[in-house]
Amino acid sequence: MKTTSVIIAGAMTAALAGPVAAQTEIEWWHAMGGSLGETVNKIATEFNASQSDYVITPVFKGSYEETLTAGIAAFRAGEQPNILQVFDAGAATVIGAKGATIPVQDLLVDNGIAFDIEDYISGVRYFYADSDGKMIGMPFNSSSPIMYFNVDALEAAGVTAPITWEEFQDVTAPALLEAGYVPLSQSHMPWIFTENFFSRHNLPFASANNGYDSADVTINMDAPEIRDHFEAFKGWIDNGYAGFYGASWDDNATPFQQGEVGMWLGSSGSFGGLQQTAEFEFSATYLPYWESITTEPTQTFIGGAALFAMSGQPEEENKATAEFFRFLTSPETQYMWHKETGYVPITEAAYDVAKEDGHYDRFPAAEVGIQQLSLPAGEWTRGYRMGFYVQVRDVMNREYTRYLTGDTSLEDAFAAIKEESDELLARFAQTQN
Amino acid sequence: MKRAAFSQPLMPVALLLPQLVIIAVFFYWPAWEAIYSSFFLQDPFGFGSNFVGANNYTRLATSSEYAKVAGFTVFFTVIVTVLSLGTALLLAVKADKVVRGAKTYRTLLMWVYAIAPPVAGFLGALLFDQNIGPITDLFAFFGYNLQIGLNYNDTAFAMIVVSVWKQIPVNFIFLLSGLQSIPVAVREAALIDNKSGTRRFWDITFPLLAPTAFFLLIINITYALFDTFGVIDIMVKGNPASNPITLVYKVYTDGFRGSDLGGSSAQSVVLMVLVLALTVMQFRMLERRIHYT
Repeated sequence: MKTTSVIIAGAMTAALAGPVAAQTEIEWWHAMGGSLGETVNKIATEFNASQSDYVITPVFKGSYEETLTAGIAAFRAGEQPNILQVFDAGAATVIGAKGATIPVQDLLVDNGIAFDIEDYISGVRYFYADSDGKMIGMPFNSSSPIMYFNVDALEAAGVTAPITWEEFQDVTAPALLEAGYVPLSQSHMPWIFTENFFSRHNLPFASANNGYDSADVTINMDAPEIRDHFEAFKGWIDNGYAGFYGASWDDNATPFQQGEVGMWLGSSGSFGGLQQTAEFEFSATYLPYWESITTEPTQTFIGGAALFAMSGQPEEENKATAEFFRFLTSPETQYMWHKETGYVPITEAAYDVAKEDGHYDRFPAAEVGIQQLSLPAGEWTRGYRMGFYVQVRDVMNREYTRYLTGDTSLEDAFAAIKEESDELLARFAQTQN
Repeated sequence: MKRAAFSQPLMPVALLLPQLVIIAVFFYWPAWEAIYSSFFLQDPFGFGSNFVGANNYTRLATSSEYAKVAGFTVFFTVIVTVLSLGTALLLAVKADKVVRGAKTYRTLLMWVYAIAPPVAGFLGALLFDQNIGPITDLFAFFGYNLQIGLNYNDTAFAMIVVSVWKQIPVNFIFLLSGLQSIPVAVREAALIDNKSGTRRFWDITFPLLAPTAFFLLIINITYALFDTFGVIDIMVKGNPASNPITLVYKVYTDGFRGSDLGGSSAQSVVLMVLVLALTVMQFRMLERRIHYT
């Protein structure tokens, strides 16, 4: 299916472009399956049709992890694609390997394309940047964790979506439970309840400036705030205020889509899919925060992935990559991507186009992600940079699940996360020299 | 008697060479690479590497998590081997006695053999799904809340069921043909000696079946250790968390998902040693008790 659509996209391109001799061909490896993949192919087809000098071929490489692994293996064999999509947790790996990629900022400037980091919405500017603020990876499918709610459920319970976790546990959850719903579920504990917990409350997530300044970094999983949060979460599960269905994304999302769970913490990028599957009216709001920790909540990190220009390619192919990035960041392309998928538009200009077109009048929930990413920034909200982070997330998922199912204590779970994560980070530091 | 010999000394070498090259390139070279990189920590993209001595090994030895995974692997392997061999043996003995419609019956029992492990895992994942799985509903009917992906024991249970189910047909085919190759004369002679079917089975049939069973034992242990990867991968949905996993799956999560090449190389060397030890042990301990003629 996927291969077919790539071939069709390629064939259409060939037909549209005609037999021009000096076309530069570039390859783009991505992890966007299903309907997202269709949209990726659409972007490529439109780029190929928009000019006659370059041809881009998108190739689906599986999950985020598989795509990164494929990119690494290809790079080591000297067969790397021009563009590789790398997800948030893999950022330290690809950015740490200096020489594996061309910083996107340099690539654009060197090829005569205007670049101003201020054009990008504030939440996406620095996540894939180095410690000096130079953009290394081009944010592509950018999302943020937001709270979706079943409008009928909240109406039946006679409450509104909670702004703080205090409101949730004192008002919203009891009312929803009374109305016959499981009040809350969430789909990604490391991303939603850990990384963005630190960001939303403007707390330092790791030493060395959240890891941006050095690979010699330790994680702040011994912060009392995060422990309190998980203790509260367990309390909610125990008294029926929250449902917990394991570490799988879908197992936690399905009960919400089936109307059993009233509110669900997912990705702003889930919007497109929810519109197709949910048979009830739903809307969304910001990720709640603890008033006891801060009264000035800040913006969240972007999730999703970025596009990296791999090094070791001929000049004219780099030029083609730069031209593709110019096309990709144009307001029209960004708006199309945003509308079809729910991922946020990454530039202010694209956001304006969406607003002018009345997209948010039709779908108010579609704006929540970008609004949340545009909330006031704080000292600790630009992002985090930690190596072997995929394994750190695995450790978190493992210990959180053990704690929440009663297999281990709060203290032991957090001690294990802290100890194992720091060991992984120290190991990663040893690979960087 | 005339000895057959090559007139040119290089001829046998030349004839052996293709085989030797294949073994060297596909077995010894990768094995050497794994051993070599297990002493380093390297940047995933290959820009730098640091010699860390036996650090990648000592960390495995001291990791309680690794010990837990190893423990589950042993448990899983034993259970899957015993259950799939036992069930298949029972089915084969019963199928051997079927007279009418024997072929249809046997074909039906072999069907599952054609299913690839990931597909089997996928079917299992659907059947056991927390929200929509029919087996989950069945358990709920009897008052048990089956939660695959969340409850460690439930997930282990589902993995074992699917892995065993997938392996039974292979064992069945081999055991059935093993049974049918036992001469009728021997069986009839046994029938005169003893009326008890159970007794005849254990005294006559089973020892004659032993060569087949021994071969299957090795095949099944290897299956449980390595080939169940697809089943496990689908069952944990790419997110192991607190779910049970086997050593092979851990090599994958650390090496492929986590880009820790040194650490996962050390783990694969441990597996190599394990397989070597198992093979030597099996042949030494068991081979002597089995008579092939």
